Amino acid sequence: MASSRRGLPEINAGSMADIAFLLLIFFLVTTTMDQDTGIARKLPPMPEEEMQEDDSQIHAKNIYIVLINTHNQLLVEGELMDVSQLKDGAKRFINNNGIDPNLSENPEKAIISLQNDRGTEYKTYIRVQNELAAAYTELRNDASLNKFGEKYAALDKSQQKEIKKIYPQKISEAEPKDIGGNE
Amino acid sequence: MSKFRKDGKKGIPAISTASLPDIVFMLLFFFMVTTVMRETTLFVSVKTPKATEIKKLKKKSLVSYIYIGSPVKRLQASYGSAARIQLNDAFASVDEIQEFIATEREARDEKEIPYMTTSIKADETAKMGIITDVKQELRKANALKINYSTRKGTY
Repeated sequence: MASSRRGLPEINAGSMADIAFLLLIFFLVTTTMDQDTGIARKLPPMPEEEMQEDDSQIHAKNIYIVLINTHNQLLVEGELMDVSQLKDGAKRFINNNGIDPNLSENPEKAIISLQNDRGTEYKTYIRVQNELAAAYTELRNDASLNKFGEKYAALDKSQQKEIKKIYPQKISEAEPKDIGGNE
Repeated sequence: MSKFRKDGKKGIPAISTASLPDIVFMLLFFFMVTTVMRETTLFVSVKTPKATEIKKLKKKSLVSYIYIGSPVKRLQASYGSAARIQLNDAFASVDEIQEFIATEREARDEKEIPYMTTSIKADETAKMGIITDVKQELRKANALKINYSTRKGTY
């Protein structure tokens, strides 16, 4: 009866911190903080069987053809090119506005056609994709700095839409073919 | 002056550690909430390529992953070193991708399906042949939003 009068003895909470630390360390170790990042792309839907793509409407000069072969070499508009030059080349093509008769009429009509070989290394492919995306990013940044005085990423949705209308990102990927370069 | 001397004689009182568990628990909850447990064991070694024009992948619950790379060292004896596709916890062939996307969709809410993304985690040495095959299958499955997983970095 003596114990009931005294009430229940208090539980020693001194080791609580140790237990919590143990759990904490476990979660610290298992946590992966790395955020997944990547290049976002949208695949074209499968073409309908009876519908044949009509490329004839697109003027040849509005297409910037980039080919990558098995040896990870680039053929841009019929000429060998290093990847490091691709961004400037693409920018010149997109932003031509009809000055050079061989390049695009205006950014809206400009299409970049990318074709790779089955043997192309993924790394090279991503690098090319990256360079092309960088070309568009730079052009969009320039345009938004001119128009709104801020970088593209800092604009709000409707302003971004406006810039996107000027520089729509049109990167088309052809159906895979074996284009040259034997193993 | 005597006031100070009295203090000095007593020495510095011990700092109460009673709130230590609370602090630790706070940290613990933070890590518990932010932790994302690795769901799949990787059978393929993947070293993603570097890129600068990257975007963060939001809403991890809506992302399905496709891993492409050569099998890890200990599995190379039985599976060889040619690049392979891994879906969930097993090696898969290209034809299984459509099925994989279908099961991924079933697990999600109907409203969320249009926002689903497929992240392609491919090794930088992988050949485009296998990746093109995967992309074609994704097109057939109508999973058009894709993300090429890359690391941040310049060349």
